[in-house]
Amino acid sequence: MAVPIAAGPERGSDLDRQSFKPDLERIEIELLLEGIFRHYGFDFRSYAYASIRRRLWKRIEEEGLSSVSALQEKVLHDPAMMEKLLLDLSINVTAMFRDPGFYQTFREHVVPLLRTYPFIRIWHAGCSTGEEVYSMAILLREEGLYERARIYATDINEVVLQRAKAGIFPLERMQEYTDNYIRAGGKRSFSEYYTAKYGGALFDQSLTKNVVFSQHNLVTDRSFSEFNVILCRNVLIYFDKALQSKVHGLFYDSLAMFGVLVLGSKETLRFMAHEDCYQQIAPPEKIFRKVR
Amino acid sequence: MSYSIVAIGTSWGGLAALTKLLGGLPGDFSIPVVVVQHRGKDSVGMLGDLLQDATDLCVCEADDKAPLTRGMVYVAPPDYHALIEDGYVSLTIDEPVRFSRPSIDVTFTSAADTYRSGTIGVVLTGANEDGSRGLAHIAAQGGKALVQDPKSAEIPIMPSAAIKAVPGAEVLALEKLAPRLLELSQERKNARMRSAV
Repeated sequence: MAVPIAAGPERGSDLDRQSFKPDLERIEIELLLEGIFRHYGFDFRSYAYASIRRRLWKRIEEEGLSSVSALQEKVLHDPAMMEKLLLDLSINVTAMFRDPGFYQTFREHVVPLLRTYPFIRIWHAGCSTGEEVYSMAILLREEGLYERARIYATDINEVVLQRAKAGIFPLERMQEYTDNYIRAGGKRSFSEYYTAKYGGALFDQSLTKNVVFSQHNLVTDRSFSEFNVILCRNVLIYFDKALQSKVHGLFYDSLAMFGVLVLGSKETLRFMAHEDCYQQIAPPEKIFRKVR
Repeated sequence: MSYSIVAIGTSWGGLAALTKLLGGLPGDFSIPVVVVQHRGKDSVGMLGDLLQDATDLCVCEADDKAPLTRGMVYVAPPDYHALIEDGYVSLTIDEPVRFSRPSIDVTFTSAADTYRSGTIGVVLTGANEDGSRGLAHIAAQGGKALVQDPKSAEIPIMPSAAIKAVPGAEVLALEKLAPRLLELSQERKNARMRSAV
């Protein structure tokens, strides 16, 4: 990449964010991510740039700092700051039965396939705080498949995995989740699945009987088994195209023939090397079957 | 350098305003257009279809990493933020900003961070103040700020807030916005320090 010769600030010279030249900012961000990788081993270098910039600036502003370089100074010398930043960069917000239409379609089109298997292995990659893992566990139980299923729920971040294991979600979101559950084709009363406890909604612990929560890094770790279903919804959107492509290679290698790959509603396999290896089941939902 | 992106933000009353604005642009309009319209989570696809009927441009709901190309209108999908990267759109499900996802501020800010003075921001009718911070950021980067005249807006709150945040913004009646965008698309600007390639 050609580096332009820096001119003076385009407008004004006060050191607020507006006067930063984005090209310099890009250098700072790349240096910070390189430093984090080399010092701490967390590799955010191939994350989608605009979103990582946005998250970095949130941390910079919360710390009362004024530049990426100032944050770099703190992060590299203070592991506690790295911990904070790790949460900023790795937590993905989610909801139970997010995109109810997806769950409805999964019931109609994927469950019949799964019924033909004696044992079902599911990988939920990037499960974050677990809302969608519990959603899938509920769905499988209602379809009578839970007992023969095992869900491997992984995330890069130990803190969110602990929260996922605890299975306590904010009470104030239960109305929204109940609506989602009904529209997702839920067969019972959603309130049967949780009790109000510890200031939140504690989910039925038997839902995690067949769930293994474990730390896994999509950027650096390899495949760890062969699965019938891989769910990875709204995780790869945080990666750049090259890393997306690499992770799709990992998913392809981890999926049994005729296994099912599930992406978020606005994610696509277009332009990916493995595009031709899948057939989309029931568009517009992003449910793909490995066919070659 | 010519303009690289037109980002349009609107809320209440947006459909009618967008229909009129996009309907006034030719099918070979030379700048990619991104539209952020506040709407319900479940309205997937509908807005795009309605807008497609009104314009010669090609309208799609943006997929993650959709390449930005001329002749296209990218509608931010419901329940995602749409960020403008160099040459494509990235989606996120980060927290709503001021109760909105998609947030106009988020899209505008990312567009200005990426394309700086090559950014045009347009704020239309709406019943909240989303968009005004993003428009200020576009103006601060040397981009062009356009606002629908509150008098011609179905709900004037959003354009009024934008004018307050960006006093130098060009304020135009709804029917004047498309001709102005066309004019800007043909206006060549002095090359700045950064090339688009």
